[in-house]
Amino acid sequence: MNLTNLFKIAIRALVRNKLRAFLTMLGIIIGVASVIAMLAIGEGSKKSIQDQMSSMGTNLIMVMPNMQRRGGVSLGASSSMALKYSDVTAIRNEAASIAAVSPAVNANGQVIYGNQNTQTSIYGVSEEYLDIRKLEIQSGRIFNSNEVRSMSKVCILGQTVVDNLFGKGADPVGISIRIKNLPFEIIGVLKDKGESGMGQDQDDLILAPYTTVQRRLAAVDYINGIYASAVSEEKSASAITEVEEILRRTHKIKESEEDDFRIMSQSELLETVSSITNIMKYLLGAIAGISLLVGGIGIMNIMFVSVTERTREIGLRMSIGGRGKDILRQFLVESMLLSLLGGAVGIIFGYLIAKGAGTLMNMPPVVTSQSIVLAFAVCFIIGVFFGWYPAKKASNLSPIDALRYE
Amino acid sequence: MKNIIIEINGLRKDYHIGEVTVHALRGVDLKIEEGEFVAIMGVSGSGKSTMLNILGCLDKPTHGNYMLDSVNINTLDKDATAKLRNKKLGFVFQAYNLLPRTTALENVELPLFYNSKVGSRERKERAVNALEAVGLADRMHHMPNQLSGGQQQRVAIARSLVNDPVLILADEPTGNLDTRTSFEIMELFQDLNEKGRTIVYVTHESDIAKFATRNVIFRDGKIQRENVVSERLNAREILKTLPVENIEEFDA
Ligand SMILES: Nc1ncnc2c1ncn2[C@@H]1O[C@H](COP(=O)(O)OP(=O)(O)OP(=O)(O)O)[C@@H](O)[C@H]1O
Ligand SMILES: [Mg+2]
Repeated sequence: MNLTNLFKIAIRALVRNKLRAFLTMLGIIIGVASVIAMLAIGEGSKKSIQDQMSSMGTNLIMVMPNMQRRGGVSLGASSSMALKYSDVTAIRNEAASIAAVSPAVNANGQVIYGNQNTQTSIYGVSEEYLDIRKLEIQSGRIFNSNEVRSMSKVCILGQTVVDNLFGKGADPVGISIRIKNLPFEIIGVLKDKGESGMGQDQDDLILAPYTTVQRRLAAVDYINGIYASAVSEEKSASAITEVEEILRRTHKIKESEEDDFRIMSQSELLETVSSITNIMKYLLGAIAGISLLVGGIGIMNIMFVSVTERTREIGLRMSIGGRGKDILRQFLVESMLLSLLGGAVGIIFGYLIAKGAGTLMNMPPVVTSQSIVLAFAVCFIIGVFFGWYPAKKASNLSPIDALRYE
Repeated sequence: MKNIIIEINGLRKDYHIGEVTVHALRGVDLKIEEGEFVAIMGVSGSGKSTMLNILGCLDKPTHGNYMLDSVNINTLDKDATAKLRNKKLGFVFQAYNLLPRTTALENVELPLFYNSKVGSRERKERAVNALEAVGLADRMHHMPNQLSGGQQQRVAIARSLVNDPVLILADEPTGNLDTRTSFEIMELFQDLNEKGRTIVYVTHESDIAKFATRNVIFRDGKIQRENVVSERLNAREILKTLPVENIEEFDA
């Protein structure tokens, strides 16, 4: 039998029983679509968790003064003054695993523009701070090293402060406001960062050069903290060790003494994240497996249900001269066509379902090519196998036995 | 002397159902010459269908030899048997065995799909011719469920004709049909036989057996007797004498 005849026979057989063909295809469509959609949703939530984490700065290392030295006995005011700008310089110069470092000098105070005023936190930082905290400028610019050196009265506002002083959507770059009664020029506005995982407004802040805040607003000679970022997530641990060694040395802490500073990092968070990610991986695998199983059983069912009728058909085809291999080829072509078509439709549906669910769940789904290949391959193989297998069995019967089959 | 188309010797067929063995055929010898028109008769269970299925190479005998058109069937493998069925045999089943939801034309075309020498133009042409020969030119695009029993049987006959077989085998082709339609089918077979085709058919009814040239009567899996039909009936003549209207009334 030539190829044209083979396809003609297969297509006629499919068209003859549209319902059966449709149901078979439905099994494959559901199988493929559910696997793709499930994996896309899972992959998407995994990614959005990861994104959220890294937007918090997974490389972030914070150094704070240790206020509770020696068995919880506070050493009073002096302990909060443990960190100096020279520590920042030392870390910047010596720590190989640190990519960027910035001091932080905090001040709280009233900010006034016209008859509007608001209470907010003012962070005195260096220009590297934005990179370290993954903050982005929406309009305007960051202060430069000149302005840092000259203690310029310039500032960058968070969105909440902009909203409070100027109203939503305003662009106050270039306007002058008063912070703790000193005039500051707004040179930039930060991009909206939303709430942190802990429900804290991350946009209610003002950034200014640390020199300005240190001298003009807080009037102190120490700094409140050091923010640094490791060159990579993997280097976080060594970065912490380096910072600790440097600070112990510059602070002249003896072997037996405890640190007068605390180093905090997101590494615990990272561990949690990666364990969540792992759990999700298994969960996704299980979901994909179940969907494939369900889809596969659907395909098997419909294939086996039609066996009786098809066995008679096979008997008839054999009795008028069809050879076993002609019949097997016909069934292979049939089930391949169904599986291909069903698979293609399934991919489209899976994609659409993923998109829809993503919109509902407010996170972008990630349709990976692996999930498409996996879903398609498994359903295709199941579809073709269970189309072929009953035909194989039937074509081993004598024509008369196949015709009498019930 | 004419060619011998069918020659069987000591043919046996056993069916094993659990512990029980059914001897459906217990040693049959039979010769059929080219151009013969043979009716196989016998009571129910006497082995007629079993015989015909073996003649049609749809089933294999347990013992014995079967020479079909000088080919020993026992020596052929499955594929070769399939090819033989396709080239030399036409089988008409009592239950029609048409593909459901498939037009008469496509049903008749079916055997030619398995003959790679026939192109799609020729295939259709031959199928149309076969349907015309059985008087169903106007029902070509009807599905089996849109056809009467007699019409379905005629489609089945057209299908058995389309590959131009040397031997047509029919298992109770008129079993489900009324008298007039039975005669019409017989007319068809007699026409085909006149054109030189060998036909073997199974029937219960002695009336229907009288259209053949020879009768073979089975009993208990053996040939009880054979006889040449002395007063052979001509289906065309009989149909002329049948009052058409009465029968139509009777049908309704
Ligand atoms: N597939 C089978 N399995 C077991 N026994 C069978 C099978 N086919 C036929 N037989 C038995 O073989 C015997 C002959 O059956 P066969 O069908 O040839 O009878 P028949 O002469 O055609 O009868 P009828 O006129 O009723 O069609 C019967 O006893 C039947 O029960
Ligand atoms: Mg019978």
